[in-house]
Amino acid sequence: MSTSVPLVTVQAPAMTRRLRAAGLLRGTGVAGMISAAVIALATVMALIGGLIAPFSPTLPNLALSFVGPTGAHLFGYDYEGRDVLSRLLAGAQSSMLGPLVVVVGALVIGTLLAVIAAWRRGLADAFIGSGLDILFAFPGILLAVLAAAVFGAGLWAAVISLAIAYMPYVARVLRGAALKERSQPYVAALEVQGASATSICLRHIVPNIMPLMVAQATILFGYAMVDLAAVSFLGLGVQPPAANWGVMISENQIGIPQGYPLPALAAGACIVAVVIAFNVLGERLFEQAQGAR
Amino acid sequence: MRWRFLARRLAMLVASLLVATFVIFGALFLAPGNPVAALSGGRSLPASSLRVLEKRYHLNQPFFAQYWYWLDNALHGNLGISITLRENVTTLIGSRIWTTAGLVLYASVIILILGISLGVLAGLRPGILDTSVLVTSAISAAIPSFVAAIVLIALFAVKLRWFPALGNGTDLISNIQHLTLPAFALALSSLAIVARVTRSAIREEADREHVQTAISRGIPGRQLIRRHILRNAAIPITTVSGITIASLIAVAAVVETAFSLNGLGAYLVASAQNKDLAVVQGISLVLVTAFVVINVIVDLAYAVLDPRVALGSRAT
Repeated sequence: MSTSVPLVTVQAPAMTRRLRAAGLLRGTGVAGMISAAVIALATVMALIGGLIAPFSPTLPNLALSFVGPTGAHLFGYDYEGRDVLSRLLAGAQSSMLGPLVVVVGALVIGTLLAVIAAWRRGLADAFIGSGLDILFAFPGILLAVLAAAVFGAGLWAAVISLAIAYMPYVARVLRGAALKERSQPYVAALEVQGASATSICLRHIVPNIMPLMVAQATILFGYAMVDLAAVSFLGLGVQPPAANWGVMISENQIGIPQGYPLPALAAGACIVAVVIAFNVLGERLFEQAQGAR
Repeated sequence: MRWRFLARRLAMLVASLLVATFVIFGALFLAPGNPVAALSGGRSLPASSLRVLEKRYHLNQPFFAQYWYWLDNALHGNLGISITLRENVTTLIGSRIWTTAGLVLYASVIILILGISLGVLAGLRPGILDTSVLVTSAISAAIPSFVAAIVLIALFAVKLRWFPALGNGTDLISNIQHLTLPAFALALSSLAIVARVTRSAIREEADREHVQTAISRGIPGRQLIRRHILRNAAIPITTVSGITIASLIAVAAVVETAFSLNGLGAYLVASAQNKDLAVVQGISLVLVTAFVVINVIVDLAYAVLDPRVALGSRAT
């Protein structure tokens, strides 16, 4: 099986070999678990962060602007004198939910197109393939800025644009995997038995490419988080005073020339930690998905 | 066969650009609000002036006719007029394009020189150097450009005062000084990705049979690395460098905003906030064109480096 790796996934086996060569497989195991723990923590923050925030994340008190950390305020106050820790907790929700919707959207549409292309082959495949190639022309952030200009700034315009921009990447990788499943003897056997195309695709092909889908989703989550935070940083995503990690970096930027970068850096650290966790876990899952083939 | 590949790729380029122009123009149509109201700045105009405006901007004609007028004008370098500055969009773009081009070029040089050499070093020398490059690059790859920007400003501009924090320079030397921190902020995560891919490509080639044979034939180290390892590893390295450098074009908007640079990206963001749609369309058009053209060049370079691609292009 390992001889017919499609062109698009050519990097993944190289990655596996590389990690084995460096003897890092065991190390990745620990790193993978730490990553999973970071992701779990961020998820809990996203779910209940707003509820357990010790202070109001949106009520300003200008007298406390950029006051440093104290006992009850671990990360000090931001530019409007709000508790930074509370804002980080409350901001987790939009910072995590946005990328989740991007990934789910890109994955659902991408899988659908990939499976249709692989199932029909021929003209449908060529048509979908060219369509995807054309969509590659739009970098995600650019599409998000365009959407913000037309529909107004907001998280959801950015989320939809990024889902559209990421979809071709998902479809391209999954098409290769689905095409390989399609040529398996069991699919031909099911066809002979009279199983419908929909049922073969949904009950056999999709479950079989699921590990690759999960790996893709994990890696894309990191990218989506960076791009969405960038859009919010640019002022075109989540709007202040709502709490969001990207917004926090942009609004507390004025503290940096004043020599007080802590609030901006704290929000930046949250983004970096979560993105590293998703990248490491995604690489590990990718490796497993490829190893299982 | 190679010519067929070239023709196919160029046809895709034209198709991509056509669809891109269609999306960029169509976006204006989707925008809520009356274009006449946008042109008049919300004032109510007499019917005669309305008719003049409708005629001048072809507002009373069907969508495709309007698209054609717009595309025709764009191809002739006329991208319309900014509603906030009342100036030609082409002029506004022309005065800012060099900042963005300089920034992306500077970052590309950093990525190519540092990324490839770190990757090659780590690939050829397993051990502490290799491990530290791996760990550092795993972390750097996850640092978004705007986080890199604030860290670099806090460290090198505010604390150490080595570089200016914000804005453009006035002459060549000060321009380079002003672009150094932005270029590193823009380059950081791509640099890490290029280093990682280079490292694994080198490692993979070094393990292959023809390299083992070359070693046993006693071919000297330098020649071995250059002709037997780097030549083959160049294929994935070119691809990943090209793709990451193309992606810088969009990310430059974030870095320019973070450093208050007077570039296309920052202007695009400001215009999106002001709903200055002619400017948004013009800059999007320029950036998408640059992005698509760079991607085609990367594909062609890939085909030149790897003859198998041109032959197999119809099979994939």
